[in-house]
Amino acid sequence: RDIVCSNHRGHGHFLAFGGAAKPLIAEIMGDPSGICGGIGGSQHIQFGNFYSNGILGGMSPVAAGMALAEKRKGSGAVVVQFLGDGALAEGIVSEAFNMAALWSLPILFVVESNGFAQSTPTALEHAGNLSQRGASYGIPIAELDGNDVLGVHQAAVAAVRETQAGGGPRILFMNTYRLGPHSKGDDPRDPQEIARHAEVAPIRRARAGLDAEWCDAVDRKIASEVAQIVGEIRNARVAAQ
Amino acid sequence: MNAPVTTPITYAKALNAALIAMMREDERVHFLGEDILDPYGGAFKISKGLSTAYPDRVITTPISEAGFTGLATGMALRGLRPIVEIMFGDFLAIAADQIVNHMAKFVTMYGRTIEVPIVVRTPMGGGRGYGATHSQSLEKLFFGTPNLMVVAPSHAHDPGRLLRDAVALARPVLYIEHKMLYPESLLESGGSLTVETLSGDPFPTVLMKNFSRGAADVLIVAYGGMSRLLAPLARQMADEEINLAIVLPSCLSPLAVDPILPLAAECGRVLVVEEGTSGFDWGAEVAAQIYAGAYRRLKAPIARLASRPEII
Repeated sequence: RDIVCSNHRGHGHFLAFGGAAKPLIAEIMGDPSGICGGIGGSQHIQFGNFYSNGILGGMSPVAAGMALAEKRKGSGAVVVQFLGDGALAEGIVSEAFNMAALWSLPILFVVESNGFAQSTPTALEHAGNLSQRGASYGIPIAELDGNDVLGVHQAAVAAVRETQAGGGPRILFMNTYRLGPHSKGDDPRDPQEIARHAEVAPIRRARAGLDAEWCDAVDRKIASEVAQIVGEIRNARVAAQ
Repeated sequence: MNAPVTTPITYAKALNAALIAMMREDERVHFLGEDILDPYGGAFKISKGLSTAYPDRVITTPISEAGFTGLATGMALRGLRPIVEIMFGDFLAIAADQIVNHMAKFVTMYGRTIEVPIVVRTPMGGGRGYGATHSQSLEKLFFGTPNLMVVAPSHAHDPGRLLRDAVALARPVLYIEHKMLYPESLLESGGSLTVETLSGDPFPTVLMKNFSRGAADVLIVAYGGMSRLLAPLARQMADEEINLAIVLPSCLSPLAVDPILPLAAECGRVLVVEEGTSGFDWGAEVAAQIYAGAYRRLKAPIARLASRPEII
């Protein structure tokens, strides 16, 4: 029932939404067996109530429109829109904040503030208090440690319930750090800085409360499944040629 | 064309009546734009009476053309039928990302065809002294955009019917109205002028002629607000015994030249007229398609008449 509008970095959102790994990987590889027939590719995925697009911030008003439609239909659905800190420099996001608050729409804006927009650190592109961009529109903002998995879950549940109950839009502003490169291997950052952040990354921290052997087994299983999927898609493609 | 009516309906009134009818007939239809509520009723009064009759489905928006165009796209993806009014066509540039990279892209970007039922209406053109940023004909920026139809009725079309057809099509349509046509009565056959519809599905091409015997001396291809200038020209030329055939497609992009080709072949002399600036214009596409389909029959190179490529 609920809707997710994702961005250019939406693979994790898709898997969390319940999407299957194999058609996702096939889509990224441009294979016809992908979720969108290999047409959409990495950044343009649509499946059920999941929509992603590659224009930063561009999905904000679209997501608000979906929320308006669902509100009119009385479906009770909430729209969750994922944004990065970089997208907050796009004016269209402010337009969407304004309309979402003006019409009290059932939408949750999730900002994954990971410190970098492609190669540019936040300090070189944003003035003022980035997390409070929605405050002047009267949108309640929960700023939290984005590396705390359970804390994020609790805050997200609370925010979704509030907006579902007719409370209008909410913003979850999650402070985190981007461990990987923007897209390719062209990462100019200091490896030591990345390593420091890797120590407190969400998955590393979440492991602390779990059985280490079990975690390792899960990691191995996932790595082997992904390798197998990629192999299968490659083999099928070679066989088809 | 339509049966004669006692009181000729204006272009603006036809649009207004179509909007009211669509709101009445289909609860999915919503109307969004700036300053569209009664008693103001929109900058050009096209939405007069709409918010009084259907207050829940007429949404007056902030001055956020990109924002509410994207909003309407989201509504369309979730089953509603939004009609968006952009107050001046010049402001389409503000909403261009939402139109090109969102609205039109969604139709086939995800590997299958998705229904995106949205119509964006806007007035273009000069003639009212509004100057450089409120008088342009910017539709050419959107010609050739995949999955976006650009439709522009002249006053020899029924703009109300075309608007209804555009909404019924359930795909992104950019609907261009010339602001000087709003007060004009819809054009029908009369005097030396005949008006007939050549092809009708989904958007008709209209043929105006100022002669009943013989062949056309010149075939003029034009669209939208040009009909306001070409109809009196045709009457004037009739007095001088110059036979004009004026063909007015209403779907500008993608352009189906089929109804025009036999006329071009028969006449052999073609002039394309448009109000937008010259160069990379609609006339270039019309000419290219006519050359491809009828070049052996042409008696002269195709001529193109457009505005100088300067600010208004």
